[in-house]
Amino acid sequence: MTESSGHIAENIAHFAGVLRRAGVPVGPRQVLDAIEAVQVAGIRSESDLYWALHTTLIHTQDMREIFNQAFHIFWRDPRMLERMMAMMLPELTLPPEEPEEQTSRRLAEALLNQENTPVQEPEPDVEIDARETMSAAEILRTKDFEQMSAAESAEARKALSRLHLKQDKVLTRRTRPSSRGPLIDMRATLRASLRGGDIIPLKRRERRHRPPPLVVLCDISGSMSVYARTFLHFLHALTNDRDRVHTFLFGTRLTHVSRQLRHKDVDDALSSVSKAVEDWDGGTRIGETLRRFNVDWARRVLGQGATVLLVTDGLDRDGAEGLEPEIARLHRASRRLIWLNPLLRFDAFEPKALGIRTMLPHVDEFRPVHNLASLEDLVASLSAPEKKWPAAA
Amino acid sequence: MTISLPASIDETAALLSSGAYVADRSLATVLFLALKMGRPLFLEGEAGVGKTEIAKVLASALGRKLIRLQCYEGLDTAAAVYEWNYQAQMIEIRLAEAQGVEDRNVLAKDVFDDRFLIRRPLLQALEPDVNGPPVLLIDEIDRTDEPFEAYLLEVLSDFQITIPEIGTVKAAEPPIVIVTSNRTREIHDALKRRCLYHWVDYPDAERELEIVRLKAPDAAEDLSRQIVTFVQALRERDLYKQPGIAETLDWANALTQLNAVSLSESNINDTLGTLLKYQDDIAQVRGSDAAQILDELKTAAE
Repeated sequence: MTESSGHIAENIAHFAGVLRRAGVPVGPRQVLDAIEAVQVAGIRSESDLYWALHTTLIHTQDMREIFNQAFHIFWRDPRMLERMMAMMLPELTLPPEEPEEQTSRRLAEALLNQENTPVQEPEPDVEIDARETMSAAEILRTKDFEQMSAAESAEARKALSRLHLKQDKVLTRRTRPSSRGPLIDMRATLRASLRGGDIIPLKRRERRHRPPPLVVLCDISGSMSVYARTFLHFLHALTNDRDRVHTFLFGTRLTHVSRQLRHKDVDDALSSVSKAVEDWDGGTRIGETLRRFNVDWARRVLGQGATVLLVTDGLDRDGAEGLEPEIARLHRASRRLIWLNPLLRFDAFEPKALGIRTMLPHVDEFRPVHNLASLEDLVASLSAPEKKWPAAA
Repeated sequence: MTISLPASIDETAALLSSGAYVADRSLATVLFLALKMGRPLFLEGEAGVGKTEIAKVLASALGRKLIRLQCYEGLDTAAAVYEWNYQAQMIEIRLAEAQGVEDRNVLAKDVFDDRFLIRRPLLQALEPDVNGPPVLLIDEIDRTDEPFEAYLLEVLSDFQITIPEIGTVKAAEPPIVIVTSNRTREIHDALKRRCLYHWVDYPDAERELEIVRLKAPDAAEDLSRQIVTFVQALRERDLYKQPGIAETLDWANALTQLNAVSLSESNINDTLGTLLKYQDDIAQVRGSDAAQILDELKTAAE
């Protein structure tokens, strides 16, 4: 008994190690739990073993598939997995830290000081597709913007990290002590009364304020890429400044990058973001990606009165197909929907593109985002005391 | 008289089915482990897959008291753990003063006494019960906020609660804890780690049919079969909210009330509101999907 359980314990520890290397966070506590669970359950079938390990080692729904794959390979032949790990599950292995490569890239960037952004991929053909609604002059101006940001890069970054959304707060149902609050704290009042005196001082509380969740949907298609990359710096500062910031990037597909942006170091964060995203500089399918957001994420991240920032130029490759119901739904589900459009920087901007015309009626606010000044405006707007919003659907 | 806990996975499965809950093997395994290891069970899954039901069935099958804590934003200790009965305390102070008690320490001792403590669900769950430790259901924990989650850490790992005026209350025997979440936000890892985790999925066709037979016995056999096939097909579609088991049962009951013996386009359209809860979904299904699935149903039957 002891010998066999010792053997299984060893195997479980080994298996936990495999999961850990596959990116599943497994702590020693869980390994002990797993060993206990397996002994308690008295394993008689593979399925029992599977569920005993599953319930103790896995704590999030999205890790289930990794567990499933790892389980079936491992418990058939533990050594098999070892050998296959390197080649079979490349996407499951955490990328090894490469500090030297990082520094050299940063060094190269610093030396070149030009358009050397973390991701350098050949510009795909579809980009022309997405840009065809823009005139040549506009493209030129885009270039200007990038050069400008390169020149002022250091200053811009400093400024970006200073942008805090101090006032963007909503009332919560939690209270805190306050001398003039509208609520009476009976417990504190009673305690105070025991301290003496004939007059019982009323202790008061008020409702606490808290920033609402912020959900950012940022377009990273070809026509948007230069803005998006600058904006990512801003998002990084935001993510590290407050909790509950959820960031999604979209071109032809939707990618959730909140976790990547949580790296403290902005270069690390942006490089892991670019690894996670597969559709940089491609076309845009706004309707389709918004639908994915509405179906897969809206219920999970919009639940608590989120402010939604939608960053896109509204130039849709699908010709705004299926966009109307999705943007309407997004609007109904969010407390406040702000559309940031870099095209607004052009004075002669008129909402001509079909996508823009479709989306415009469904946003609470429409603002430019093309330089630091406009980001500062955005911050000011987000920080403004709450005005009347249409009730969320 | 306490009913003893199941001694094996098979017995756990039998216990659940005695309470008219059709569980698959994975759930029985996890539940057995939670009972045996004395750990809270964290159940996550879409709305309407029977998470809350597990706790109810468990309580009734084991003959334990069910204590339910429904979570909401701003849930605080006064509503979840304990509160002092201020009115009674005030009266006590007045009485004491009338009797000439001057020593405030004595007064404080009298006032912060067990008699004036109002017990809320979490504190109740730590108290001994003649039928054995109760089943504590912490329902929809994703609706509350992080501060309450953090508070739960102490309760769920040590099964003890600290009341500053009295001291620490510890459960002699830990309660059976079931925590459910609809995943409208992610719950912090620290809390999940103290629990055994299980994702409750939609059931497969076979199990769903079993559930419908059990819970909607009035529905004709053919109708039940069609309902389950239809709902299963619907879950393959791209909908905002897929129907859960609760919706399937509502639908079966609605159709039975209308004396339907089989599905038809008209009775589907009439009763779709019991199955789908979003206007966009209803419009999509009513338009084309319903007819299409119905066609598939018919060809499969032939």
